[in-house]
Amino acid sequence: MAEKKEYKVIGTRPIRHDGVDKVTGRAIYGGDFQITGLLHGRVLRSPHAHARIVSIDTSRAEAHPGVKGVVTAQDLPTAADKMADLGEGAVNLKYLCDNILASDKALYKGHAIAAVAATNPHIAEEACELIEVEYELLPPVLEVRQAMEPDAPILHDNLRTSSLGETGDKPSNVASHFQHKKGDIDKGFDEADIIIEREFVTGTVHQGYIEPHNATALYNPDGQLTVWCSTQGAFTVREQLAEILQYPISKIKVVPLEIGGGFGGKINVYVKPLAALLAKKTGKPVKVLMNRADVFEGTGPTPASYITIKMGATNDGKITAAQTSLFFEAGAYPGSPVGAGAMCVFAPYNIENAQIDGYDIVVNKPKTAPYRAPGATNAAFGTETVVDEIAEKLNIDPLEIRLMNGAKEGDRRADGPVYPRIGFIETLEAAKEHPHYGSPNGKKYHGRGIASGFWFNIGLESSVTINVNPDGTVNLVEGSTDIGGTRASIAMQAAEVLGISAESVNPTVVDTNSIGYTAVTGGSRTTYATGYAAYEAAQDVVKQMKERAAKLWDVDEDNIQFADGEFSSINGKEEQISFKDLSARLGETGGPVIGRATMNPAGAGGAFATHVVDVEVDVDTGKVEILRYTATQDAGKAIHPSYVEGQIQGGVVQGIGWALNEEYIYNDDGAMTNASFLDYRMPTCLDLPMIDAVIVEVPNPGHPYGVRGVGEVPIIPPPAAIANAIYDAVGIRMTELPMSPDRLLKAMGKI
Amino acid sequence: MARKSHVQTTINGETVEFLCEPRQSLLEVLRDELHLTGAKEGCNNGNCGACSVILDGRLVNSCLVLGAEIDGKSVETIEGLADPEKLHPIQDAFLENAALQCGICTPGFIMSAKALLDKNPNPTEHEVRYWLAGNLCRCTGYDKIVRAVLDAASAT
Amino acid sequence: MQAFEYIDAKTVSEAVALLDEKGDKARILAGGTDLIVQAREGRRELDWMIDIKSIPDVNVLDFDSDTGLTLGAAVPCYKIYADDAICNAYPGLVDATKIIGGTAIQGRAGVGGNLCNASPAADCIPPLIVLNATCAIVGPNGQREISVEDFCTGPGQTALGQGEILVSLKIPTPQQNSSSYYLRFIPRNEMDIAVVGAGASVVLDADKQRIVSARIALGAVAPTPLFAGEASALLTDKEISDDAIDEAAQAAQAIARPISDMRGTAEQRTHLVGVLTRRALNGAIQRVKDTA
Repeated sequence: MAEKKEYKVIGTRPIRHDGVDKVTGRAIYGGDFQITGLLHGRVLRSPHAHARIVSIDTSRAEAHPGVKGVVTAQDLPTAADKMADLGEGAVNLKYLCDNILASDKALYKGHAIAAVAATNPHIAEEACELIEVEYELLPPVLEVRQAMEPDAPILHDNLRTSSLGETGDKPSNVASHFQHKKGDIDKGFDEADIIIEREFVTGTVHQGYIEPHNATALYNPDGQLTVWCSTQGAFTVREQLAEILQYPISKIKVVPLEIGGGFGGKINVYVKPLAALLAKKTGKPVKVLMNRADVFEGTGPTPASYITIKMGATNDGKITAAQTSLFFEAGAYPGSPVGAGAMCVFAPYNIENAQIDGYDIVVNKPKTAPYRAPGATNAAFGTETVVDEIAEKLNIDPLEIRLMNGAKEGDRRADGPVYPRIGFIETLEAAKEHPHYGSPNGKKYHGRGIASGFWFNIGLESSVTINVNPDGTVNLVEGSTDIGGTRASIAMQAAEVLGISAESVNPTVVDTNSIGYTAVTGGSRTTYATGYAAYEAAQDVVKQMKERAAKLWDVDEDNIQFADGEFSSINGKEEQISFKDLSARLGETGGPVIGRATMNPAGAGGAFATHVVDVEVDVDTGKVEILRYTATQDAGKAIHPSYVEGQIQGGVVQGIGWALNEEYIYNDDGAMTNASFLDYRMPTCLDLPMIDAVIVEVPNPGHPYGVRGVGEVPIIPPPAAIANAIYDAVGIRMTELPMSPDRLLKAMGKI
Repeated sequence: MARKSHVQTTINGETVEFLCEPRQSLLEVLRDELHLTGAKEGCNNGNCGACSVILDGRLVNSCLVLGAEIDGKSVETIEGLADPEKLHPIQDAFLENAALQCGICTPGFIMSAKALLDKNPNPTEHEVRYWLAGNLCRCTGYDKIVRAVLDAASAT
Repeated sequence: MQAFEYIDAKTVSEAVALLDEKGDKARILAGGTDLIVQAREGRRELDWMIDIKSIPDVNVLDFDSDTGLTLGAAVPCYKIYADDAICNAYPGLVDATKIIGGTAIQGRAGVGGNLCNASPAADCIPPLIVLNATCAIVGPNGQREISVEDFCTGPGQTALGQGEILVSLKIPTPQQNSSSYYLRFIPRNEMDIAVVGAGASVVLDADKQRIVSARIALGAVAPTPLFAGEASALLTDKEISDDAIDEAAQAAQAIARPISDMRGTAEQRTHLVGVLTRRALNGAIQRVKDTA
């Protein structure tokens, strides 16, 4: 259904609807929320990475002047060991509750133990220090290979490995093992003239959103719980609260305020149930804010991993076989994104014979959370480095080998799905034609690298209603929290249908009582799925407005057409009325018009990206400077190209940070030693050049305008692209992330 | 608890009085006492710039200033930047360039950019990047922010 | 954050008297960019913050080509690099003031505070050492002066006694054909703490071919910033050459006794001492050569 056509609104670059509020400081983010009688909550966290909790004495804290309430795991409803369906996957309820407040064991440094509400945040902090916790220290295990050792410390006595349908018979840190197979892997390697097998290690990294987690909760005497917060999904917060608090969904209202970044990290709840528990205990509204160390130590980073990749190719460059084992840290509780990593690891290539094994392993770190294309960046670091090495050994240009093997419509991914129309090849061609790729690259210690990436994107549920105003504008009501300009990208799709300007649509993100169920802003789904719902809701408006025009002109509805913002009669009477003029006559033709749509679209379409990077290596210090960066990406159809470019540029820079410096650094006791923005080194603007974002448009057949999600795939290629560029510059293959100066110095033999 | 100090200061051109504990930072005073929540807390230790304000003409991190210290001084915050009917050119440039995504860092970047352009109306790209290095943005990759500041410079 | 009292001292003697009376639980507040964070994170217990920024003596910024620089202890970094005469005379110190924190930090943080915080990685201290800076200290028993080299006694520890405050720093007028340079290694390009810092000052002969004398100081490789005396002495009356500079760099490496932490490993730091010492010396020499 999607084809190249001319649009009036789509593809233009209007000012975003929430822009003025955000440049004037008026936009209200979760932490900005104020309410009469507000108390302030703070959280006591475990100083130990692994410890049994022997006792918790809160009496001194409760007696501290200004303290109004203290909660511990004892205040959570009994956590039965049952499964609950919670947004992105099923989560074991005990694990879910224990991650909010540790009951029997503290499983990572930063694990919440208790929370205090007081008249001001400083008093709440003081009271946290007065809580006496007796711990029995246990040895921590911090790395997947160590966690798999037979004598490794065990995190969960009741955890048995679930492997290919079988359940293990003794406690293990390996929560699960799965496998995907395609073709005949042995035959594939037999056909290969060259086989490259490498091991890769990636560090634990954090989403690094600038706004810490926050929540304000209020219980009314009638049992109604209201939570104001920053979240990627108000409805998933409602579900998680209902499960954790064992409280009816009908009594919970979640009000999403503006959100200061998430990247997957603001789907899981942390302080929201604590605010609710404290609000219940005190009878007052309670605001709980994290500080930056809490964010690093107490919320889900994305996992470190150990990855083996083996790929074989014929001398003419055809990849005949690919095999990988992906060992991902789950953190303290099962549930790493290894499954998503497995879906993406070989996805850019059409490989006849493949085998993928995935392992989900618990370690004494915070429970991991999604981070922008979760699992795919780790996996692509391995694959794309090995592909580069094959190309080098076979003396084939690295773009050419990708063009030769690149996946196309009809090819089957190793984990099963068959591709619809996709645009991988087009991203490669765009990179090849870009002046960057043709520019000279010969200076000493300068190098160029390329890498590609795939992310599958998701659909899920979205709801939109559209109210028509008498002046020909519309109010669009949606449930997708706007984390990067989606009010605009959703509104523009409705505007295109209605033949009105983007500015004539007023989008509002509302609470869980005011719109139909809408899944998280995540999985690169919002412009795709909620935009699709906006398209359908606008079509519903058009349909109803046609009825009104028919009534006005006393003709059959089938005789009304709508084009270019004008309703007209196509048979008999020559009548015409603009959308605006008809909007003014809704009262007399039957009352207000409200368009509505709910969706769960299945055709998200995959997104591909190819990146080219030039680096300079300081061989005396091991420091890598990014000199030039070009990212090509299939966006399907860019609704608002500026924000598509912004997603690409932002994803690239997060990938650069992951590649070069970002990691959780631990001491021997299992404590993170760099839990600050000073020492968790995210890129500043002085570390970067401009990022040239090249939008390729291969329309997604699963969306009326051809939209593909764009948010996640750009983070995937940078680590591999930079590793390949470093190799080009100094002849060293880096296989560990981050490729920090000390690691590079070591690899070059300088230290 | 220490006695609260009485502080008289000028904020965005208006005389303001407040009481604060000595341990309350200027950021806390702005947000919790004066309800000027445009300055944000990202790290509370001077490493992200989300709380940037201009104190007596000089850019500072308001999380690293005590509320008690600003008696008799003058503070400019994001709330004071626009005229009632007209945005400041830097604010316009941020909107035109799509230089924000989530927007949490935006007030800090705009105040930082204002301090730069007040001092150096025609900065180079490198000067902009050097000046803004104390402001972290995790969404944009900085490209559009740097362009917005350069655009604002050429517009004024 | 812990509760404390705030006092805005108006004179040096008032600050000294308060500090003497309150003892260990009182701290001097200048730029606050270290102290406020330490108090907030519970790393420094205190009951009193004595703000000295209203005291005229600690705000002096006076450069005289005959007597040198008097730099009040509370002068923030940005005022230093805004002064062209100071930039010309003490470029090594200016290098440091431009890289401490970001621009917002430089609006508050000063050289005096950087010294009194006594971090082994403090960026200002190596250049102060190579520039032969001295500290003017006032305490209950009057005034005294000590060299910056002797000021830091351990991480966060200084030679200041009970009730003593640093009022100002004094740096002699630079000699003819001399210059200075400071650089640090950080993984990012800003907003980081030095993994290693190196400062150098050199005096060249009239032809700018020979080193008359040199001073080298190192940061972040020992409990305090170090003056590399032997390395410096090796360059006295030496022809400028890569060999001479390498020899000094090796001697500097020999005195480094770094630790491994989240900012860098010991072996990385020792290696970087060599790299940065070479770059600092070459940088200082180049500056002399670039001066007409």
